Amino acid sequence: MPGRHLASISLRHFRSHRRVDAEFDGRPVAIFGANGAGKTNLIEAISMLSPGRGLRRATSEELIRRPENFGWKVTAEIAGHSLETTAEPGGARQVRIDSKLGPQIALAKVARILWLIPAMDRLWIEGADGRRRFLDRAVLSLDPSHGEAVLTYEKAMRERNRLLKDMVRDAHWYTALERTMADAGRRITAGRQATLDALMAAQAGAETVFPAADLSLTHADQPSEDLAEALAASRPRDLAAGRSLVGPHRSDLQAVWKAKGVDAKDCSTGEQKALLISLILANGRALAAQMGEAPILLLDEVAAHLDADRRAALYDEICGLGAQAFMTGTGPELFAELGPRAQHFEVVEAEMQSEVRHAG
Amino acid sequence: MSEETGDIQVLIDLMARLPGLGPRSARRAVLQLIKKRGQLLIPLADAMQTVGATARECLNCGNIGTTDICKICENDKRANGQICVVEDVADLWAMERSGVFHGRYHVLGGTLSALDAIGPEELRIPRLIDRMTAENVSEVILAMSATIDGQTTAHYIADQLPNLKVTSLAQGVPVGGELDYLDDGTITAALNARRAL
Ligand SMILES: Nc1ncnc2c1ncn2[C@@H]1O[C@H](COP(=O)(O)OP(=O)(O)OP(=O)(O)O)[C@@H](O)[C@H]1O
Ligand SMILES: [Mg+2]
Ligand SMILES: [Zn+2]
Repeated sequence: MPGRHLASISLRHFRSHRRVDAEFDGRPVAIFGANGAGKTNLIEAISMLSPGRGLRRATSEELIRRPENFGWKVTAEIAGHSLETTAEPGGARQVRIDSKLGPQIALAKVARILWLIPAMDRLWIEGADGRRRFLDRAVLSLDPSHGEAVLTYEKAMRERNRLLKDMVRDAHWYTALERTMADAGRRITAGRQATLDALMAAQAGAETVFPAADLSLTHADQPSEDLAEALAASRPRDLAAGRSLVGPHRSDLQAVWKAKGVDAKDCSTGEQKALLISLILANGRALAAQMGEAPILLLDEVAAHLDADRRAALYDEICGLGAQAFMTGTGPELFAELGPRAQHFEVVEAEMQSEVRHAG
Repeated sequence: MSEETGDIQVLIDLMARLPGLGPRSARRAVLQLIKKRGQLLIPLADAMQTVGATARECLNCGNIGTTDICKICENDKRANGQICVVEDVADLWAMERSGVFHGRYHVLGGTLSALDAIGPEELRIPRLIDRMTAENVSEVILAMSATIDGQTTAHYIADQLPNLKVTSLAQGVPVGGELDYLDDGTITAALNARRAL
């Protein structure tokens, strides 16, 4: 059986890339090049092989290469499946798996992709939605059905929010929607909790230099344990606010640096980054334990913020995990410790387009 | 190829808007109609004229017929205490073709959707509630699609009939605008395996 790694990828008119074809053998992939060369764009294209808006949360429109504005296409081969995702100007992103048109969430069953980008350095100090997204991606990697639960919940919530905004007072209508929200919401919360448990177990069982965290899910003050009851009780408040104030869309992820007992948001910048790396590695280990294979990791500029020892340790742990980690950095020296344990590529900008060159 | 213009093009454009037809098949259909003017085109135009003048929704159930009250609502033998609630007239017709259901229907004409501004009134739900006593109903069978809106609608209706037997067609069967695509055997099985909501 072919491995779950990305075996090949082709980009057409995707951001700065006009035409790129690359093959990979499953080893980690080091990508270096000058600022603005197109490194992040390349791993962003890989992130489009999972459901959602990719690692920059860009719209399909933003991904179209300028100035041509033809639309973009990314094709790839993973686990013996061919994946294709495209968007025309003004059109929605389309997904084909083995040439068959399908919903985006179907991608989660084929490719397990996790990422860390520099913007996440502020994850622990900024709003809860970033942490929720980070957590949900971890849940999705361990349980692809999470995507369906989230979509169901959000659809029912949008309906309910419209009722609230329009000041509709038909109790039966609320009850019917809240029933769907409660049902999907229970699955979402159970999935998140199971993922936190799996991540903590993976951290506990691993030999790693990265810090273990105590992870917990916190909820907006809910008037009742039962979500259907809580939603019903919250209606007067929600009517005043014009939106739903309780439910898993308001949950937050809390992390505490275990050894020190310090909340993540109070840790130093480098420590906060270390916590994130620890979680990504734990996610990889949990997946490896569950599926027998590590996920694809996209680590944008992960090397830049680590001292030499930490960096070497990270590379060792990635290799130990057997994960196909795509890592970017400005110079080849950042990846020297990896040597032949990784594939190396250079991205350069030439004649107004990015080029990807094999570099060992 | 020179594009047809004028009256014939108007006809082609209209035909192309029919479900299952595109511009290409519309062109072929129109060409065929014109070639068989006496056997097809004229009788079709006549039939359309008649239906255009007489077709209407049943005031009671929403079925489409040529009288104010449809044949099913008029037939006392269909008053067996069962009402099957469907999203679309196509579903009603599919159930009728299968011949398994002997009660009456209620056609919603869609599903509840706050975002699309479709509320209970638009779906004749108050009328459905009124029919419970007026027609001495003992069981309501919900045949809504498995979509979120379909299920919301089903629960919304069930919620308002607390003292009545409310069932839904067997899960896993695509229903609601989709009954039309099922063979009679599948519809029969879904009806027989219906269960309390
Ligand atoms: N839609 C687009 N069409 C064409 N070029 C684009 C588009 N979007 C972004 N770019 C360009 O892509 C270039 C490369 O961006 P990218 O973020 O990949 O650089 P990078 O190699 O990661 O650089 P850094 O080391 O600074 O992070 C930028 O110069 C940017 O202007
Ligand atoms: Mg970059
Ligand atoms: Zn009728």
